[in-house]
Formats: sequence, C-alpha cells, structure tokens
Amino acid sequence: MILGTHAGYILGAYAFTALVIGGLILHAVRDHRAQKRALAGLQDAGGERA
Amino acid sequence: MWTRFAHPGHFLRWTQPAMPWLAGLSGLLLAVGLYLTWFMVPPDYQQGETVRIMYIHVPAAWLGVFFYGGMALSALGTLVWRHPLADVAQRAAAPIGAAFTLICLVTGSLWGKPMWGTYWVWDARLTSMLVLFLIYCGIIALWRTIEDPNRAARAIAILTLVGAVNLPIIKFSVNWWSTLHQPASIMRMGGSAIDPSMLYPLLEMILAFTLLGVTLHLYAMRTEILRRRVRTLTIREAERLDAGITPARVSVAPSPMGGAVQGL
Repeated sequence: MILGTHAGYILGAYAFTALVIGGLILHAVRDHRAQKRALAGLQDAGGERA
Repeated sequence: MWTRFAHPGHFLRWTQPAMPWLAGLSGLLLAVGLYLTWFMVPPDYQQGETVRIMYIHVPAAWLGVFFYGGMALSALGTLVWRHPLADVAQRAAAPIGAAFTLICLVTGSLWGKPMWGTYWVWDARLTSMLVLFLIYCGIIALWRTIEDPNRAARAIAILTLVGAVNLPIIKFSVNWWSTLHQPASIMRMGGSAIDPSMLYPLLEMILAFTLLGVTLHLYAMRTEILRRRVRTLTIREAERLDAGITPARVSVAPSPMGGAVQGL
C-alpha cells in the first residue's frame, strides 16, 4: 500500500492512538495490581494480629 | 435483579470471569477492523489515503461522547438513588472518556492539516469537543482534590450534569452553525452518506472501540472498588492505632462497599 504524500499524518494519527490506548491499558493493569497488593497487605496485617 | 447485579460484591463476582472474554473479543474485533481499514477499504476519491484516519477519529469521537453520556446517567444514580456503584462508574469512566476525546482531537487535527490546510480552527464542532475534553480534565482534577469519595461524588455529579448540556451542542453544532467540519454523514435523515465499502469497516471499528472502552471501564470500576476498600481499611487501621486497640481481625466493613471485597 502506498500512503502518498500524507503518510506522515496517517501514520502519526495511528501511532498516537496506539500510544494513548496502550497507556490506558498499561495504567489500568498496574493500578489494579497495586490496589490488589495493598488490600492483601492490609488483610494479612489484620490476620497476623488475630 | 438490577440491584443485585449492581451491588459492588456481586459486580466483582460477575465481572471477574467476563473480563478475559471481553478483552479477547475486543482484541479480535480491533484486529479485524484494522485489517479491513488497511487492506480492504479503498482510498476516497477526494481525500485519497487520508480517509484512513476516519476509522480511528470517528470511533474515538463517539466514545468521548458515549462515556460522558454514561457519566451523566451515573450522576443521576449518585444524586437520586445514592447508589455506591454509580459514582464508582462515574469516576472510572472519566479518564477513559478523556483519553478517547484527546485521540479524537489529535487525529482530527492530523486529518485537518492535509485536507483543510490547518491543524485547528475555532469552529463549533472542534471547539465543543475541546470543551468536552476540558470538562473531563476538570472532573478528574476534582476527584483528586476532594479526599472523601462520597463527598466528591455528589459535587462531581452536579458538575457532570451541568456539563452534559455540551453533548447536544457537539451533536448539532454542524447544523446550527456554519462549520468547516463536515455535517453528520452516518446518523442523518435519509440514511448514511458513506459508501458501504467504507461504512461497514467504519461501523466495525466503532463496535471494536466501544467494546474495548466498555472492557476498560469495567476493569477500572473493579479497581475503583478495591481502592475504596483499601481506603476504608487504612482509615480503620489508623483509628485502631490512635486508640491503641488490637482487634481480632481487620474484617469486611459494613459500609456500602463492604461486600466488594467478598468477590475477590
């Protein structure tokens, strides 16, 4: 496929979209894991005192 | 039945097995959509290859508006029914809606330069989308400013409902004012103005983006429920340390989020 003289605009648009969506997914996964870890830590701390 | 599904604990239970399926289906639909976009769709007779930007620009614009509409409904759920999942849904949706609105603005700008000769004009459609992005940013900032999520939820619900007035302005801006942006070409009186060879791949990409957005939203809602549970337990732990009491166990709180942790 030949994108012609406007290839930079087309590829730039797709690259930016991939970057933002990739960032959203990465942030979602890392945030979820962090909350799970924090919750497990708090519950373990409660369990150890029992 | 709706109340049962919307309870945070039940929500965590029924979304857990659904997440891998939703993620897989989103990936599959995106792959099919990108294949159609790059290998099947013909270049436009006027715009040439730049028309390929439409297949990410239009779905992103749709999701920017879709998530704000969802947030406005959640705001009603917070203010009228005070349902704990309503403000969880609202908070989880804001960054996702903002991200897709930003994609819409940037890809539109990159499409505008070769077609209109400029990256930006203060045209009604572009400006109202920029206002939507700024409202999203304001809502995200407000969530971070007010520490207590229950207090924040009510204030933000009111702001969200006020901001919802922008949605019909975005939709009808191309009809109400003379704009550089083209008028509606998919949902319009007399049917779509787009040729089926371009319309069906576009609809497929809209479906793929929507499923991806919904999957991310459900996942972010699960995270938000966990965050509130962590907050509740941290406060309880701090109170215990202040009082110098050693409880038998940090147990599930009798708070609206109480059942949330049981679903893990």
